[in-house]
Amino acid sequence: MKQPEKRSLKKGLKTLSAVAAIIALSFASSAEAVEKLEKENLKLGFIKLTDMAPLAVAYEKGYFEDEGLSVQLEAQANWKVLLDRVINGELDGAHMLATLPFGTAIGYGTKADIISAFSMTLNGDAITVSNDVWAQMKPQIPMKDGKPVHPIKADALKPILEKYKNAGKPFNMAMTFPVGTHNMKLRYWLAAGGIKPGFYAPPEDTSGQIDAEAILSVTPPPQMPATMDSGTIAGYCVGEPWNQQAVFKGVGVPVISDYELMKNSPEKIFGVTKDFAEKNPNTHLAVIKALIRASLWLDAENNKNRNEGVEMLSQKQYVGADYDVIANSMNGTFEYEKGDKRPLADFNVFSRYNGSYPYYSDAIWSLTQMRRWGQINEQKPDAWYLETAKKVYRPDIFMTAAHALIKEGKAKASDFPSDQETGIKAPNADYIDGVVFDATKPNDYLTKFSIGLKGKQKVVGGKVVE
Amino acid sequence: MNNHLIKFFNITGLTWFVPLVKIASGENPTQQLRQLFLIMGVPIIAFTVFLGVWSVSASQVNTSLGAIPGPTAVWHEAKGLLSEHFAEKEKEAAFYQRQQDRHAQALLENPAVEIKSRPYNGQATYLDKIFTSLYTVFAGFMIATLIAVPLGLLCGMSSVINTAINPLIQIFKPVSPLAWLPIVTLVVSAVYVTTDESWFQKSFLTSAITVTLCSLWPTLINTAVGVSSIDKDLVNVGKVLRLNWLTQIRKIILPSALPYIFTGMRLSLGVGWMVLIAAEMLAQNPGLGKFVWDEFQNGSSNSLGRIMVAVFTIGIIGFVLDRIMQSFQKVFSFGNAL
Repeated sequence: MKQPEKRSLKKGLKTLSAVAAIIALSFASSAEAVEKLEKENLKLGFIKLTDMAPLAVAYEKGYFEDEGLSVQLEAQANWKVLLDRVINGELDGAHMLATLPFGTAIGYGTKADIISAFSMTLNGDAITVSNDVWAQMKPQIPMKDGKPVHPIKADALKPILEKYKNAGKPFNMAMTFPVGTHNMKLRYWLAAGGIKPGFYAPPEDTSGQIDAEAILSVTPPPQMPATMDSGTIAGYCVGEPWNQQAVFKGVGVPVISDYELMKNSPEKIFGVTKDFAEKNPNTHLAVIKALIRASLWLDAENNKNRNEGVEMLSQKQYVGADYDVIANSMNGTFEYEKGDKRPLADFNVFSRYNGSYPYYSDAIWSLTQMRRWGQINEQKPDAWYLETAKKVYRPDIFMTAAHALIKEGKAKASDFPSDQETGIKAPNADYIDGVVFDATKPNDYLTKFSIGLKGKQKVVGGKVVE
Repeated sequence: MNNHLIKFFNITGLTWFVPLVKIASGENPTQQLRQLFLIMGVPIIAFTVFLGVWSVSASQVNTSLGAIPGPTAVWHEAKGLLSEHFAEKEKEAAFYQRQQDRHAQALLENPAVEIKSRPYNGQATYLDKIFTSLYTVFAGFMIATLIAVPLGLLCGMSSVINTAINPLIQIFKPVSPLAWLPIVTLVVSAVYVTTDESWFQKSFLTSAITVTLCSLWPTLINTAVGVSSIDKDLVNVGKVLRLNWLTQIRKIILPSALPYIFTGMRLSLGVGWMVLIAAEMLAQNPGLGKFVWDEFQNGSSNSLGRIMVAVFTIGIIGFVLDRIMQSFQKVFSFGNAL
């Protein structure tokens, strides 16, 4: 009786395939359950500076899509607007100055809990001065083969400040945000040259101009070249493309890049609110994974992908500046005086030297500078610095993302620090004034500077008191 | 038929076509041609002269931050923006096609799988931005009218309320939108909690409310004036007939005050459109204001050109809106020139 046999065979095959399908489905669904994203449509903010590159690359190369995310990148008007929108939830996360979350953590300005599991870039800034100021600085700078010797210290600026003081004119310089990396770096450079950049005395006086020889204030980056050209400011510290723009337009001269000021210093991070990270851990992890891949791509094989990156950035919805201006700083060189282009492969560092890992020591450095200028207006014990750093920086999330990428074969273990990484870099003296920074002894570090608050000093009533 | 056409053209403000209609009907051609020249020819000549002056002076001014773009450069940028729009729309269509194909494929493999449709996450194009600006200004304008007209009626009908509210009006009228913006942003952030399914974006609400706060004053004041200047005879008729206040408003007050109300609304829309562009720059509503600010931040060599395209767009749209409101005004004025 063949037919019943056939029928039962068919039936057997059917059940077998059904079972197999069910098993396969259950595997598929369980695999989905492991990586299920809480939120798939995200809106991320950025400011039009070239170091937002990892975000643009992650979008354009499809890294976000690979993680199952649908991301909208939106340029913001300025840092304050960006910060407010992240805090009130309109933006799920954003490209931020590395010091921004520390301001919010201590309640300087707005109080909020922002965390960061990814360092977007190291370096990437420069200090530019007007043609007038440069003409006066040049005679004081040692020359070699007809070109100024780099790094140029602010000592060359001191005589010019004297002249301004004698003429009764204020010496104004601009930066991007009070709790910003550009502010900290400009102040470090000025102080290293013996110029006082002013103190803060929150909450009464947040101008940052107490007892200042150089008056620092906030100017939006696009306005910096024009404002400098008109003579309102003598110079500024900002990211790209605004330093190279000054060179292209012939209105100023970049005197020092932050690579020469402090090698491989933290510049931008990717920040989200603590709330967002807690409610959407898998989504956050997916974003970090995509950004890590983007940073690896940008620094791959000696910057071989940088040209493509520059093309992406010159699109109107990202940085929008001309291709040549952006390429001038991202392709391994940097132009100082017009025609004086020097090799500077690490002007922007994305993933090289573990640039994406959020080091606690970087956080502690930012906090020491905030203390130095009075934004933290009282002495804090050494332990406080590490505690605050640990509240904001989350290398644990970074390493989870890194391991996931290694497992998926999209990155190698050598791209990341080892699992034993403590997050504290060894003491180093890669600063223009040679002062050694040891992250385990922040208060001690502060005493090494001649200009700046140290010990129990506070700013009260416009003066520094003990 | 001609009379209807002429009436239509007069109401909608397209008075240039009236001589053409008259010529077509054979009515005194030479005089009509002269009229035509006056109405259409002269402005066109003036505009051409303006373009010439602009083009010459633009090439003279050479700032260190680049040359001011002339008319040809601006026209070039306008075409660029339009082609970008079409390119983006093609990308969007391709995206949806890919998504459809993926869904079809997934369904083929497993009919029970749950498919999720994603909206396109690309950039908003220039035309999208114009549209966003328009519906934001209308939202703000509608809210402003809904607040201003009843309040204006009250102020006009009762001199007590008028004296009470007048100081407040005079104080808040001159406040600039950029001064309102931080307060409005804080209030909206605190009060309106957005989730993924919210109807409105916070930036949209902030911009619309700022438009409301700045543009409700002309309507308010004009409504109050209109109501208080009703012919006394009409008011007396209402008293004699002992009409209740609702009928009084519907039958006597509103019809009389309508011309004033529409004048106010026309001014309000004009103010609102100006305010919107400023508000969008900071509230980050994705419209023309944000476009201008983003281009400024780009600082590329064609940014100034694109900003000037935006300037002309804003001006032309403002002009069209004003014309539309003027037509409404004429319709509701019952022929009484105002």
